[in-house]
Amino acid sequence: MSEEFKVEIVNPEKSFLVKDDVSEVVVPAFEGEMGILKDHISIISFLKPGIIKILSKSGDENYYVEDGIVEFKNNNLSILTSTIFNLADMDKSKQQDLLKQAEEEANKTDINDQSKYLADQKVEVLKTLN
Amino acid sequence: MASLDDLKKRIASVKSTQKITKAMKMVAAAKLRRAQESAEKGRPYSEKMNNVILNLSNGISDKENAPKLLSGTGQEKTHLCVVMTSDRGLCGGFNSNIIKKAKSYFAKIVDEGKELKIITVGSKGNDQLKRVYGDKIIENISFKESKNANYFDADKVGKMVIEKFEAGEFDVCTIFYNQFKNVITQIPQAQQIIPLNNEGEESSSEESYEFEPDEDEILSNLLPKNISTQIFKAMLENSASEQGSRMSAMDNATRNAGEMVDKLTIEYNRSRQAAITKELIEIISGAESL
Repeated sequence: MSEEFKVEIVNPEKSFLVKDDVSEVVVPAFEGEMGILKDHISIISFLKPGIIKILSKSGDENYYVEDGIVEFKNNNLSILTSTIFNLADMDKSKQQDLLKQAEEEANKTDINDQSKYLADQKVEVLKTLN
Repeated sequence: MASLDDLKKRIASVKSTQKITKAMKMVAAAKLRRAQESAEKGRPYSEKMNNVILNLSNGISDKENAPKLLSGTGQEKTHLCVVMTSDRGLCGGFNSNIIKKAKSYFAKIVDEGKELKIITVGSKGNDQLKRVYGDKIIENISFKESKNANYFDADKVGKMVIEKFEAGEFDVCTIFYNQFKNVITQIPQAQQIIPLNNEGEESSSEESYEFEPDEDEILSNLLPKNISTQIFKAMLENSASEQGSRMSAMDNATRNAGEMVDKLTIEYNRSRQAAITKELIEIISGAESL
């Protein structure tokens, strides 16, 4: 029996990525990183800023996301996100831009705890990409 | 009867108008294709989002304490209407159709003695509404600089709506836009986004989900995003509709201009012929009298 399942990443503009030979996906869920294998129980969760790792036969891929929702059902993994970047396409300047934005956001004083936490997360993740 | 010179000038002017409308039609056709594509590409996102929310709201155990964005504030006193129109004219009945739909809704609300607040997106809608409902318009947004509908803009509108909701400025929010059916048909829509109206829709699966963290927390995180998504969907539909509407309007205009040119040309030829005949008669009768 194959150990592969289908993953689909959708952003508001288009269907970002569809892959059906995925063996494992690691997503940065809100309460910690979560690895999803085939026949995982149906689950809905949302994402915090982090890296999505997609492991498949045709090669591994890494994506940076800032937010999103994951839904896993019948061996179909759907990831809805409004901001996603392929790490392979991300160069230094792009990363610096995002980092600057995130830092500005984190330094704002008039935001609530949750957005502060998310902004801090962004900064942290972006820094580790260096 | 107009002189030959006048007719000539009119023909020239109608012809140049025809050239403009023809060019606009071509541009609209090219843009329409792109807008239609992005409207279609954007659909999976909002559909999936809807699906997830549906599953979530079915799974929620404590209906009383459900997030307010889902269940409403418990009253319906103040209505917020987001009217989405285009920034440019010359697109047939596109804007007027939305405005008509919106106005009949406004009249109903005012009749019922409820309070009305309006946000206009796109300058054309603002122009048409400010005459009658000027004092009700609380916000006017325009995305003239952005070439295509993008999520970033939609998110701005969405965040504003949510901010106002959390500040208790309104109870019910409805968005008005044109749904793109095909090039000749666009259907003006009124869609209620707060509180979310899911009644009548059945969840696609009976399967129960595992939630992490719990339903309430996911929902309260997801619902604001859904607002932006719905607004973005409306924007995409709207931009496809606008181009479609403009294309058919300009197609009609081009055809009408063509007809007008034909008519004027006939008139021009007739009067030219009449003038020649008249001159001939004069010459002949002059010669005969000699």
